[in-house]
Amino acid sequence: MAFWFWRGLRKGIRSTRYPYAPELAPGISPGRPLDTLFATPEEAAIAAVNCPVDAITAIGGHAHVDLKKCVYCERCHFGAPNPLQWDDGFEWTQAPSPSRYKPLPNEFARSLHVMVVDAGDCGACLNEIRQLNNPLYNMHGLGIFFTATPRIADVLMVVGPVSENMRGALVKTYEAMPGPKRVMAVGTCALTGGVFGRSFMSAGGVHAVLPVDLDVPGDPPPPLAVLHGLLVVTGRKAAIQ
Amino acid sequence: MISTPPLRYLKTPFEAEIERQFTTAVSVELSHDQILSVRLLRTEALRDLCKFLFWDAACSFGGLIVEEEPAEWHLQYLFLRPGAGWITVTLRAPLQNPVLPSITPAVHAADWYEREAEDLFGLQFEEHPRLGDFILHDQVWQEGIAPMRRAFNPLQSHFERRPNAEWRPTLVVKDPGAFAMPVGPVYEGGLGESVHFLLETVGEDVIRAVPRLFYKYRAVEKIAEGKSVSDGLLLAERFAAKSAFAHSLAYCQAIERAAQIDVPVRAKQLRVSLAELERLRHHAGTIQAICQSTALSVSEAHAAIIEEQLLRASCQFSGHRYLFGLNTPGGLRRDFEAPACLMLLDAVDEAVRHLGELEQRLRLTSSFLDRLEDAGVVSAQAARDLDLVGPIGRASGLANDLRRPCPYTGYESYSFEISSEPDGDGFARLRVLFFEAQQSAALIQQAIKALQPGAVCAPESHVSPGSAMGWAEAPIGATVHWLRLDENGRIERYRILSPSFRNWLGLHVAVEDFAFQDFPIILATFGLSAAECDR
Repeated sequence: MAFWFWRGLRKGIRSTRYPYAPELAPGISPGRPLDTLFATPEEAAIAAVNCPVDAITAIGGHAHVDLKKCVYCERCHFGAPNPLQWDDGFEWTQAPSPSRYKPLPNEFARSLHVMVVDAGDCGACLNEIRQLNNPLYNMHGLGIFFTATPRIADVLMVVGPVSENMRGALVKTYEAMPGPKRVMAVGTCALTGGVFGRSFMSAGGVHAVLPVDLDVPGDPPPPLAVLHGLLVVTGRKAAIQ
Repeated sequence: MISTPPLRYLKTPFEAEIERQFTTAVSVELSHDQILSVRLLRTEALRDLCKFLFWDAACSFGGLIVEEEPAEWHLQYLFLRPGAGWITVTLRAPLQNPVLPSITPAVHAADWYEREAEDLFGLQFEEHPRLGDFILHDQVWQEGIAPMRRAFNPLQSHFERRPNAEWRPTLVVKDPGAFAMPVGPVYEGGLGESVHFLLETVGEDVIRAVPRLFYKYRAVEKIAEGKSVSDGLLLAERFAAKSAFAHSLAYCQAIERAAQIDVPVRAKQLRVSLAELERLRHHAGTIQAICQSTALSVSEAHAAIIEEQLLRASCQFSGHRYLFGLNTPGGLRRDFEAPACLMLLDAVDEAVRHLGELEQRLRLTSSFLDRLEDAGVVSAQAARDLDLVGPIGRASGLANDLRRPCPYTGYESYSFEISSEPDGDGFARLRVLFFEAQQSAALIQQAIKALQPGAVCAPESHVSPGSAMGWAEAPIGATVHWLRLDENGRIERYRILSPSFRNWLGLHVAVEDFAFQDFPIILATFGLSAAECDR
């Protein structure tokens, strides 16, 4: 079965050069809606009304987008009478309170252990995070690893709106982690509850349960958006304002 | 006195047979949307009737739909008769202290549906083998809460809770030295979905494994109530994103059937190609997980690249990596240009070529095959007994692909083969995945090449109040979305009958008396989604 070995060699290196060079392959990111200036206030108002999750607010002719609420229904994009401007990138990670946010010390820059907790995720965010182990992204090359135990984890990544039945397990996982530790909320559901909102079964996001250090919006955020978040945790990249 | 139902159409021999066997107990009629409705007049006959349909008439079980009406309970047991379409057995019972016989002793596939109804509606089913502690975990919720009842307000987040701190799982294995090993809900570094397994073991061999689900229950069916049809679509699309397109398709088809919307041919063809693209990507992902579970790293890497390339192709083609925001009642939200379609064909071609190479190599790797062969065997008898759906059922010899017996969105006009493997082991499930991935690619080719010009969305039309049902063959298996709309066109009751819900019930058959190290492999070959099951 030596063919696996030769096959592996023949394939060559397929990994992205990100963050050392820009990654431009098509289809790596669905992009995101941008704040858009329309010719008339009416157009902006229509865009705001058509958004089913109130992620767009119209102020004058400005349509302002709150990406933390966006569920990518694409109703302000394809086929919309007045589509919003669209950005193709993937660097979206934000600190919810920029003044208080501190990246992890430099020791973690090339050895970061990440614990993921699925707190009611639909499967998309989890699958995108899983893709970071894909040779095309090769997160290991940057010194970032997934870990199976909270005892050696530095970053807690939470996906999903925090379902009531998972709340206990999530809090226990957080408490089992040694400091210094950071919490990342990944995906619209983890930020604001997304389409599941707040109900008797959904906490409406991680913010209601744990102190969150970084927000990675997107429904789901593509693998490189999550990777950008992990680079922000160690201070190798800057969060956007 | 025997009352005969009014003769409105010529009854088929099958319908006459039901009436002959259950003379006074039922009334049979064809409902407005071509679903055969068997109304039960005497509750006692329920189990015999379901037994007759499931075993004698070889129907498959579709699920249980419970509705609370102002004065009574309305229960619908859904069956699918091969080659003839859907059958509902409807039963009405008084709201106070209803007497409901359990059909689980006759139709084992109904087990979890009845447990769910007991947990969420507070209904008691007589002679059910095991009720209680299911969706609302007893460590978190006290007994007596019935969130699906009309009076329950889903937005009240802080009501008094008295969880049962004394709760302990029931252990079955009593051999000396037996102990239970808990796995989950956070395991595999969290990269596995949140499920808890209780492995009852006497050391190396695991005697039985019981999955405990619903950690991710987000009450999708409850929070959908009162929403508009277009807001409900967001939930249908996002509760299980790995089969987002199949579920939104089933949802949209329900609305289209109710409102009698004619979907344009071009939209149907594009829907077929998108649904098959999703199946192809899903199966590539499952194959990757199987390679990973056997620790064959190079194959895992190759499968992972195929999956990611398909995700990128989906994004380049449709604008979203998981095909969100495309389906809408009446067709699709957007059209696709010819160059985009050609790009998709190229990407699919390449993915299938690589999958073919991967399959060939895996078949030559004895260390890999050793792990899969005879691992997690589901016999044909057990598969039928629990009426498993999707690739798992087909790997145990069941012919259960909805695209054949009740085609939707134009599947009847394509030529494709349904895989069928008799062995029922892990390797058979892998072969089914590879075969279906190939067939999906062939379907995409056919659909794109036959694309007709025209609109991709029917003009909006009025949604009439009443019930509506749509179905689709999701990558994991048959899914049915059922809705009741009120006079304002808002959702009054939403029911998702998901394939994972059915197949998780069947997992325990495959994980009986096996070596501990086979557990991740069996789990990977099942390829189930907890989000789709939990809803």
